Amino acid sequence: MSARQTVDVSGLPTFAFGHRQLTWWCTLSLILMEGGMFVVLFGAYFFLRTPVPQWPPGVGYPQPFWGTVNLVLILLSCVPNYFQKRAAESLDLRGVRIWIAVLIVFALVATAIRFVEFGYLNCRWDQNAYGSAVWVIMGTHLLHLITDALDSIVLLALMLVGPVEGKRFVDVSENALYWYFVVGLWVPTYVVVYWVPRWI
Amino acid sequence: MPGRKKDERAERAANLEAARNDPEALRAYAAGFDAARTDDVLADDIADEHERAALEKTWGDEPGFWGWLASTNHKTVGRRFIYTAFGFFILGGILAVLMRVQLSRPENNFIGPDLYNQIFTMHGTTMMFLFAVPVMEAVAVYVLPLMLGTRNIAFPRLNAFGYWMYLFGGVMLWIAFILNVGPDAGWFAYVPLSGPEYSPGKRVDFWAQMITFTEVSALVVSTEIITTFFKLRAPGMSLNRIPVFCWAMLVTAFMVFFAMPTVALASACLLMDRTIGTHFYNPAEGGDPLLWQHLFWFFGHPEVYIIFIPGTGFVSTILSTFSRRPLFGYTAVVLSLVSTGFIGFGLWVHHMFATGLPRMGESFFTGATIMIAIPSGVQIFCWLATLWGGRPKFKSPMMFVLGFFVIFVVGGMTGVMQGAVPVDLQVHDTYFVVAHFHYVLIGGAVFPLFGAFHYWFPKVTGRLLNERLGHVTFWIMFVGFNLTFFPMHILGLHGMPRRVYTYQPNLGWGDLNMLATAGGVLLTLGVLAFIVNALRSLRAGALAGASPWDAATLEWATSSPPPSYNFLYLPTVAGRDTLWEQPADRPVVTGLRSDTRQVLVTRVLDAEPDLKVEFPDSSIWPLLASLATTAMFIGSIFTPWAVPVGMLPIAVTLTGWFWPKKKLAEERPSPEIKKEHGETWMRLKEQEG
Repeated sequence: MSARQTVDVSGLPTFAFGHRQLTWWCTLSLILMEGGMFVVLFGAYFFLRTPVPQWPPGVGYPQPFWGTVNLVLILLSCVPNYFQKRAAESLDLRGVRIWIAVLIVFALVATAIRFVEFGYLNCRWDQNAYGSAVWVIMGTHLLHLITDALDSIVLLALMLVGPVEGKRFVDVSENALYWYFVVGLWVPTYVVVYWVPRWI
Repeated sequence: MPGRKKDERAERAANLEAARNDPEALRAYAAGFDAARTDDVLADDIADEHERAALEKTWGDEPGFWGWLASTNHKTVGRRFIYTAFGFFILGGILAVLMRVQLSRPENNFIGPDLYNQIFTMHGTTMMFLFAVPVMEAVAVYVLPLMLGTRNIAFPRLNAFGYWMYLFGGVMLWIAFILNVGPDAGWFAYVPLSGPEYSPGKRVDFWAQMITFTEVSALVVSTEIITTFFKLRAPGMSLNRIPVFCWAMLVTAFMVFFAMPTVALASACLLMDRTIGTHFYNPAEGGDPLLWQHLFWFFGHPEVYIIFIPGTGFVSTILSTFSRRPLFGYTAVVLSLVSTGFIGFGLWVHHMFATGLPRMGESFFTGATIMIAIPSGVQIFCWLATLWGGRPKFKSPMMFVLGFFVIFVVGGMTGVMQGAVPVDLQVHDTYFVVAHFHYVLIGGAVFPLFGAFHYWFPKVTGRLLNERLGHVTFWIMFVGFNLTFFPMHILGLHGMPRRVYTYQPNLGWGDLNMLATAGGVLLTLGVLAFIVNALRSLRAGALAGASPWDAATLEWATSSPPPSYNFLYLPTVAGRDTLWEQPADRPVVTGLRSDTRQVLVTRVLDAEPDLKVEFPDSSIWPLLASLATTAMFIGSIFTPWAVPVGMLPIAVTLTGWFWPKKKLAEERPSPEIKKEHGETWMRLKEQEG
């Protein structure tokens, strides 16, 4: 019998999903700061747009075909992403392995198409400020695609060769959350890059 | 029968002795009886000894140089952070003295114009990016986990990474400066001066990349602060019981989230304009120099609050401790901090009044600028009320806080003056502005910081600073500061412009400049007095004990310096001014493992215990990852190919960082997978098999 009063926490679980877990807060931080950065990027784009009479200045409109293909593809990737998250949260190792692999295929194809997209922007980054802004917006999103693809590959390797622990499933769930963010970023990015020049 | 009782006692003592080396036997022994309370206490003591040894083994840094490099303990990293930031403060201070010597008389030729340009740029850059922001985060890295009652900061490896990035970025900039490639376009590097046309060479590139380094560092530390604040508090520390300093750091961290990416983006665009021919800031190709100013000040003005808000956190903490009463208006102070955080993002354009903006915009930003005086005013009145209702003890940390009041209020007043466009246009780019922001930044941040140094020195080192020398330090710094910067108001009103390396004798600025230089020397002596005090006290200062100031927050509940694991048993909290309000035998947390780095995660609002998560071990990977990142950043100054090529080592080191050690992972199967998801776990095992 101990003399001091205690709060015994030995029965608590060692992991949980969502905001109860520390990693969720790290993902949230990334989303906040990178989301903020995209807002500023778009702001810079419109700031450069304002004083010039014609937009795009002196170059043709970007051709939206491959961008649209990528939009469809990236939106479709929400399906494997949903299943990846669900498998992780029910600790289904086989499901996790399958759905991460599917997601990686989507991410890699989207990355490959992104490189094709650059050829249909009808401008170069060093042509004028419009070109610089478009390339940097597209490039920054590309960086997100590559980062999450690599992250998923490492996670898949980890889930294949082990050691598998509870907190690895949390990592997969967080990876899925971050991918939703990358998908969510592409929608306004696509609109700004391909359609805004036609509208304003 | 007395004889039998005696035998019993002897037996117990023998059992206890046997149990000394075996915690299991000890627990069995302790559970075996409940009569003799004194023995219970004894048993607790012995159990404590076992716990202490186990925790030290688990949480302590590895010995040797390697262990030193691999440390992820928040106190080790925090101390490093503070020492490094203080080192940059000294370097920036030396540059300031050099400038004051040059300006002490008209047509002085101590420093030529080119070197002078580099020096004032380096002074501003060092003080803002390498001292002021990092040192505030550094103090938070050290103090926050202790104040909140946990064992380490969230994401400890990221913390180590953040430190190394900051160190390498700062060292890179200073090496460039020593090699005469120091930036020379001012700390805000306005284009077109800093663009490829007017600043050829690599000087500005190093500046732009230093931004990237320090922003990466600030962002990761902010992530840790936010997570620690919300998830790693002692049980019972609900949101309305969190110490004000922690609130201040939370607001700061959120401001970093939205301010820093902007400047990182702006400086990346500047670097691209300079290296791969983009045209963001080139008006000939549709770019706009004002875009730089908007992006820079959208970061730059919040930056002032990123520096000042932690300062107010120090003030609230120190003031409450030495007034011997709880802070007056806790809720009002916290809400003021939060609203400062919001309003701070709506003022940036007041740095650009001289660029010819639309009148409507100017009026809006004038209003916002003057509005921010409201939350600052609320805080000042709360502090005054705390003083008024308390029994103030004028120890050296308190003196710095009182000095802060005087200096900061003067700086705040000149700030409100400049919020008005006509005044701003009149004093723009003169020494009036220099005087204003040194009053705000040195008054608002450096004085509270020195107060914090005097306040937490005994916690960090275990020894007290010399009190008398502390007072001497304060008075020399206070008089020296005002002598240096007050004359600059007058010089500015007389029209002396900023960033000139000399001036003509007939302008009549010589005497006031000489006075400012004398003040600068005095201020330097004050800082030297602090260094002497610190070095002497480190060796021979009086022992501090756990709580020399009898303060209310949790960091004073553990020994000085705290052990590697911070608290033997994590504390629980029943009130806002914890140590003042609650009895010493308040319940403690048990049931955390001491053989792995397990910490308690609590819920966001009321801090009920929720999870036990395991923190990663010390690791060399954060250092390797930061070296790889450094190579990529520096390489990209010279060739854009460094970016794709440099990604590879970064990816490799990050993978190494995240890859679990097999042995460790197998030693700690997650029990609740088996317990709560028995079937799934079996299936999982089968699949693996």
